Amino acid sequence: MIYADNAATTRLSPGALAAMTPYLTQTYGNPSSLYSFAGEAKAALEEARETVARCLNARAEEVFFTSGGTESDNWALRGVAEALGKRGRHILLSAIEHHAVLHTGQWLKKQGFEVELLPVDDQGTVAPETLKKALRPDTILVSVMLANNEIGTIQPIEELAAIAHEGGAIFHTDAVQAVGHIPVDVQALGVDLLSLSGHKFHGPRGVGALYVKKGTPLLPLIHGGGQEHGRRSGTENVAGAVGLAAALRERQDALAADGPRLAALRDRLVQRVLRLPYARLTGHPTRRLPGLASFVFEAIEGESILLQLDARGICASSGSACSSTSLEPSHVLLAIGLPHPVAHGSVRLSFGEAVTEGEVDQVADSLTQVVHDLRAMSPVWDAAAGRPIW
Amino acid sequence: MMYSEKVMDHFNHPRNVGELEDADGVGQVGNPVCGDIMKVYLKITDGVIEDVKFKTFGCGSAIATSSMATEMIKGKTIQEALTLTNAAVAEALDGLPAHKMHCSVLAEEAVKAALADYYTRRGEPVPPECQIDDADSCPLGQG
Repeated sequence: MIYADNAATTRLSPGALAAMTPYLTQTYGNPSSLYSFAGEAKAALEEARETVARCLNARAEEVFFTSGGTESDNWALRGVAEALGKRGRHILLSAIEHHAVLHTGQWLKKQGFEVELLPVDDQGTVAPETLKKALRPDTILVSVMLANNEIGTIQPIEELAAIAHEGGAIFHTDAVQAVGHIPVDVQALGVDLLSLSGHKFHGPRGVGALYVKKGTPLLPLIHGGGQEHGRRSGTENVAGAVGLAAALRERQDALAADGPRLAALRDRLVQRVLRLPYARLTGHPTRRLPGLASFVFEAIEGESILLQLDARGICASSGSACSSTSLEPSHVLLAIGLPHPVAHGSVRLSFGEAVTEGEVDQVADSLTQVVHDLRAMSPVWDAAAGRPIW
Repeated sequence: MMYSEKVMDHFNHPRNVGELEDADGVGQVGNPVCGDIMKVYLKITDGVIEDVKFKTFGCGSAIATSSMATEMIKGKTIQEALTLTNAAVAEALDGLPAHKMHCSVLAEEAVKAALADYYTRRGEPVPPECQIDDADSCPLGQG
């Protein structure tokens, strides 16, 4: 089996598992308790926080553990909206955000906020000019993801955050797909809030973090026992935090070597697959996640491609309507301007660091074959002319 | 896996794929906006469906339901083919997920569109069983 769906989730790193195990089996005390047994757990939690902070170039007191990327995104948006709702009601989100952000935006809209979507260009980039024009005196929050989960495009966050700040707005970035895959430095990016998730970089599921720059107005989302300095209640997931930190440090240490290697393999795949006619790479050609290649193929449908790849032992994913329970193709593919028929034929391949050149070539060959086979049975593909008949 | 073994069998080994040069009836339903298009070719001799082929653009269940629907009418009389229902196609595949039932509707409609074409070519009135209600298969494609 070739697992090419690392943007969905990743395998837990053996190192992270080894780091976590003692906090599940031996040092299981509640970090908030008084006895010294609990103190060991507390120390491990704080060490994990420091590790994450170092990897992000943040301060330990700016890192808050959550249950994952979705909670971090919910917290960032709702926490700022509630804190600043009296100052302004206008919120800007990019049109290609993850549903954790978009659906939170829709919820805020129901609460009386004015939520506006920033369009992207055909490569999935939010142009700084677009943000400049959309900002208003009552804009309280701007949220633009660092790297997109479907098409891999990396946004010019430094510029966007600076523009938002000039306009007096708080800037949040969903970095769930980016952390552990590209260098992420919160100081250099200039963001106020940043979401990350452990299982996207070989950490455990059910744990994530929100970076909150010191002084950022943010009310709690989850109320209770007052853990995480009263900002995120709930008994701390010590093993999860330790595992997340261990996985992040591993990835960070390997990034300088893995990043360029993965990007080269990705480009090799893209080059081979694009020998097919009426095939396109979606997203930015170069400013994109190193391990992620996303395509659309005309005259065939994405779910069929995935099932055929599965039959050949390859795990991939698609933004096509038929791979979901709705009839609409992915909002990301529509936002970059793809017409519905073309967006139906999408495939995303996301590789892990362990992938070999041989596996990438096998994926390219299989995908090419699958596209051929499906087009051969498509009523909208003219085999003789080698083009679609839309 | 959300699909039955039968759906996967018909998806991985679709029966009756292709075109018929000398077809007596051809029907195409669906539209590219919704991501499902089925085209059915019929060869009819003495009121019997001698041969049938299909081409489908769509998801796994679209291909599987096309394959199954063509199997169910092959060698049958036109009268038998006119009684084909989407529910029967879905049942023959050991069921479909609820959000994929529209694929079976499309398969039934493709067969009936091809039969309607057969009658039209012969200058005969199209039987009421061939009337297609396009509205329920794809809300995106309307207008």
